[in-house]
Amino acid sequence: MEQVIANGLYLGAQYALIALGLTLIFALMNVLNFAHGQMYVLGGFVTYSIYGQLKLPFLVALICSGVSLAIVGALMEKFLFRPVIRRSKREESTMLLAAATAFFLDALILLLFGEKQRGVPKIVSGVFISDSVILPYDRIVVGLIAILMIAAFMLYMQYSKPGRAMRALAQDRIAAQLMGVKVERYSMIGFALGAMLAGVVGGLLVSITGVNSGIGGPISIKAFLMVMIGGAGVVGGAIAGGFILGMMESVGLTVLREYGDVTYLVIFALLMAFLSIRPHGLMGKPWG
Amino acid sequence: MRKSSTVRIVSAALFLLALLVAVPLLISITGRSDLYYTLTSVALLSIISAGVWITFYIGRINIGQGAYALMGGYVSAILVTNYGVSFWLTLPLAGLFCAVASVLIGLPILRLRGVYFAMVSLVLTEVARLLALAMPITNGAKGIVSIPLPAGISLFGITLVPDFASLANPRLAFYIVAVLLMALCFLGLYRLAHSRIGQLCQSLQQNEELASSIGVNIAYLRVVAYALSSFLGGVGGAMFASISQSIYPSSFTVADSVNFMLNCFLGGLGYVLGPMLGTFVLYFGWDVLFQAGEFQLLIFSTVLIVLILVLPNGLLSLALPGKRSG
Repeated sequence: MEQVIANGLYLGAQYALIALGLTLIFALMNVLNFAHGQMYVLGGFVTYSIYGQLKLPFLVALICSGVSLAIVGALMEKFLFRPVIRRSKREESTMLLAAATAFFLDALILLLFGEKQRGVPKIVSGVFISDSVILPYDRIVVGLIAILMIAAFMLYMQYSKPGRAMRALAQDRIAAQLMGVKVERYSMIGFALGAMLAGVVGGLLVSITGVNSGIGGPISIKAFLMVMIGGAGVVGGAIAGGFILGMMESVGLTVLREYGDVTYLVIFALLMAFLSIRPHGLMGKPWG
Repeated sequence: MRKSSTVRIVSAALFLLALLVAVPLLISITGRSDLYYTLTSVALLSIISAGVWITFYIGRINIGQGAYALMGGYVSAILVTNYGVSFWLTLPLAGLFCAVASVLIGLPILRLRGVYFAMVSLVLTEVARLLALAMPITNGAKGIVSIPLPAGISLFGITLVPDFASLANPRLAFYIVAVLLMALCFLGLYRLAHSRIGQLCQSLQQNEELASSIGVNIAYLRVVAYALSSFLGGVGGAMFASISQSIYPSSFTVADSVNFMLNCFLGGLGYVLGPMLGTFVLYFGWDVLFQAGEFQLLIFSTVLIVLILVLPNGLLSLALPGKRSG
C-alpha cells in the first residue's frame, strides 16, 4: 500500500505541474490549449538533445527546455492568439487555432526529431529500498524537483508583481486593465510561463520514461482530465487534480490489474459521475 | 439583399444535380474512379460534422462526435453480421441508438458549459474507444471485419435499391447514397435553423439564463439538439462501416473528433453550409498535400493557421459578408 501511495505522489507531482501550465493559460486567455501535450514533447526533445546528445549537465538541459518553450509560448501568444482573439466573433475560434498549432507542433517535432522513442541516461542511479517502498532514486529526485517547482510557482504567483498582475487578469480582465495592468504584456508572460511549465515537465520526464513524438495528444487529454477534476482556471484546482489523477492511476493499476486495461475507463466513468454532481470541478468558477 | 426562396430552391437543386450527374460523368471521362471514395467520404464526414454544428448552434463545443460515429458504426456492423438485419434498416437504427444513448449521456453533461463541456466531450471519444476495446461484443482490437455489402430492397417485386454486391460499380452506388443522405441532412438542417426551434436554439447560444427566464425550456431543448447531433453522427458512422466493410476501435479517434469540430469552424459557425464546405476543403486539402510527403502535416497545419488568422469567422464569412444566415 505504501508503494502505491509513493507511486501516486510521484505521478501526481508531475501531473500537477502539467495541469498548472494548462490552467494558467486558460485562466488568463480563456484559451483551451490543445497544444499543451505537444509543448511537453518539445521540451522533452530539447532536453534529450542537450543532455542526451551534447552531454551537458541535466540542469542546463532542463533550463534550456524551459527557456525555449517560453519563447515558443510567447511567440504563439503574440502572433497567433492575440490577433485571433481580437478579430473573431466567437471566442471558440481560439480552439480551432489551438488545435491547428497542435498539428503544427506535431509535424515540426516529427520532422526535427523523427518518430523513434528516445531516452537519456539516468540522472541518478540506484534504488531506494525500505521495508515497504521501493523507488528508484531518479524518480525521487524528479518528484522533488516537481514539488519544488510547484512551490516556486505558487510563491511567484502570490508575491511577485507579475504574479499579482496575472491573478488580477484572471479575476477580471477589464477591471485589471482599468487599474493600469498592462493586459497584453501579462497575457504574453502568462502564456510563456504556461508553455515553460509544460516544457520543463517534458524535460524532467525524458530522464525516466523517455519521449516520442506521438505522446502529445494523450498527455493533453490527461491534462484536460486534471483540470476538469480541479476546476478550470484555478491554481489550487490544477494541483489537486494532478495529485488526484496520479493517485487514482496508481491505485487503479494495482487494484484493477486482474480485469485488464480498464483503469482509465473507470476513471472516466467516475469523472462523469463527479461532474454531473459538481459541474465545475472541485474549486472552479461556475462557468469557465 | 435576401434571395427569394425560389432562387434558393433552384440553386440547391442545381447543386444536387451537378453532384449526381456531372461529377460521375466527369469521373468516367477522366477515369479517376478513386475520387468516388474521396467524395463519398467528404459527403459522410460532412453529415457527421453537421451534427457537431447543431451542438455549436446551442452554444456547446462538441469534441465528442467521434464517440457517436464509432457507436453507430458498431451498432450497424453488429446488427448486420450477427443478426442478419438489412443494412438499410440498421442505418436509422444506428442513428436512433446513438440518439437514445446521447440523451442518457447528455442529461448530466449538458449542464456543463464552455470548456468544461468541450473537455468532457473529448473524454467521451476516448471512453468510446476504450469501451470498444473492452467489450466482448465489439471483438476488441481486432474489430469487426468483412461486413457484407448492403443488400437490395424490393417492394412488391420492384427493385427499389439493387443489391450492392451484384453491382458492377458499388463505389458509384455508395457515392449516390452518400450524396442523397447529405442533401437530406442539410435540407433538414436548413429547416431546423430557420424554424422556431432553431431560433430558440440561438437564444441558448447567446444566453441560457435569459432564455430560461422568458420561458424557454432549455433543458429539453439542449437534449433534443444533442440527440439530433448524435443521430447524424451515428448514421454517418454506420455508413462508413458499411463502405469500408470493417470497423475498429480506432476507426474514429480523438483526432477525428477534433477534425469534425475543425470542419465546422473552418466553414463558419454562422452558416448552415459551413460544415459541408469546411469538410470539403479540409479533406481535399489533406489529400492534395499527400504529394508533399513528410511535409504534409506541416504544410496543412500552416495553411490552417493562416486561414484562421485571415478569416477567423470561417470561410463563408468571405462570401457572405455581414450576413449571418444561420
